Amino acid sequence: MHELGIMSRMLDMAVEAAEQQAPGGRILQIHVQVGPLSGVVVEALRFAFESLAPGSLAEGADLVIHETAPLFYCPDCKTTYTTPIGNYHCPACHSTHGELRGGNEIQLQHIEVQDHV
Amino acid sequence: MCDTCGCNDHIHPHDHSHGHEGKPHIHRIDIQTSAVAYNQRFADQNRGWFKAKGMTAYNVLSSPGSGKTAFLEACLRFLNQECRPSQTAVAIVGDLQTDNDAERLRATGAEALQITTGATCHLDAHMVAHALDELKTENIQHVFIENVGNLVCPATYDLGEAFRWVLLSVTEGEDKPLKYPVIFQKADFVLITKMDLAEAVEFKRDVAIGNIRAVAPNAEVFEVSVKEPHRLKEFFERLTSLRA
Repeated sequence: MHELGIMSRMLDMAVEAAEQQAPGGRILQIHVQVGPLSGVVVEALRFAFESLAPGSLAEGADLVIHETAPLFYCPDCKTTYTTPIGNYHCPACHSTHGELRGGNEIQLQHIEVQDHV
Repeated sequence: MCDTCGCNDHIHPHDHSHGHEGKPHIHRIDIQTSAVAYNQRFADQNRGWFKAKGMTAYNVLSSPGSGKTAFLEACLRFLNQECRPSQTAVAIVGDLQTDNDAERLRATGAEALQITTGATCHLDAHMVAHALDELKTENIQHVFIENVGNLVCPATYDLGEAFRWVLLSVTEGEDKPLKYPVIFQKADFVLITKMDLAEAVEFKRDVAIGNIRAVAPNAEVFEVSVKEPHRLKEFFERLTSLRA
């Protein structure tokens, strides 16, 4: 349910950037990075976008979601590893001390804006 | 930067004249900003505020009905009645509607502030920052922030706490950590509540702890019951030692 608020904030950022850097343009694509440990459900984010975009500069735009994997750093054997949700052990040394380094992001990466013609 | 017209990026070939006749000009605008950056600013501010005042803050999370309020009643009574004046505690409570939980916590004698979130399914750091402005108690050591009962949305929002507690009651099923791995992964403490009911509901303790360990290998796990004081002793000893 919180995806609505998150999408609303990302749309505000996207519209503000478009208005400032490409005045009069139309947003074609919104690229977002979402990690599986972010607590955000991708389908809910898409639904929120479909609900919020009409009437804004992003109406008709594509929401492109780039999903990442959980990324951990093992302080015991100094390796970085990705792992499925629910199994965070270091595959090299089986340590459970892995520190989360990625996979929890909800990031507005970039937008593509078509000039006013 | 594009040599042709000076824009930041192009995704169309550079075979056009500067006027872009017939071809729409497409800009790529980099933003690279977290959608929760706004929340994080307030969370960092809250964390600094707690630290400056010597307070340890806890974000208390669970599904509805896991016993957060009952457990916090016990924590507040213990700290404010048995450990005073060295361990004064207050609570901030989030609910969609009603201030029933704050009323219950106030009945222990502690200061408790209610945040009514309306349609919002989680507390955010901005709401907590406003609540902190209202605190009247002097010399506080512990601030319990009881989040909205929900194992999904609150996981995303740092409130500025030092420790996250996730409660799991024996009546909920041993596989809850596997169903909600994100919130458990972020837990510093997992508290298995209502242990007095464990036998009645045929709670499989080893299975539950194995599931918690799978998704939160570094969390400290305690088995507690507010109905049986001996099941609180070990946790309370740990609680009085916690510092941000």
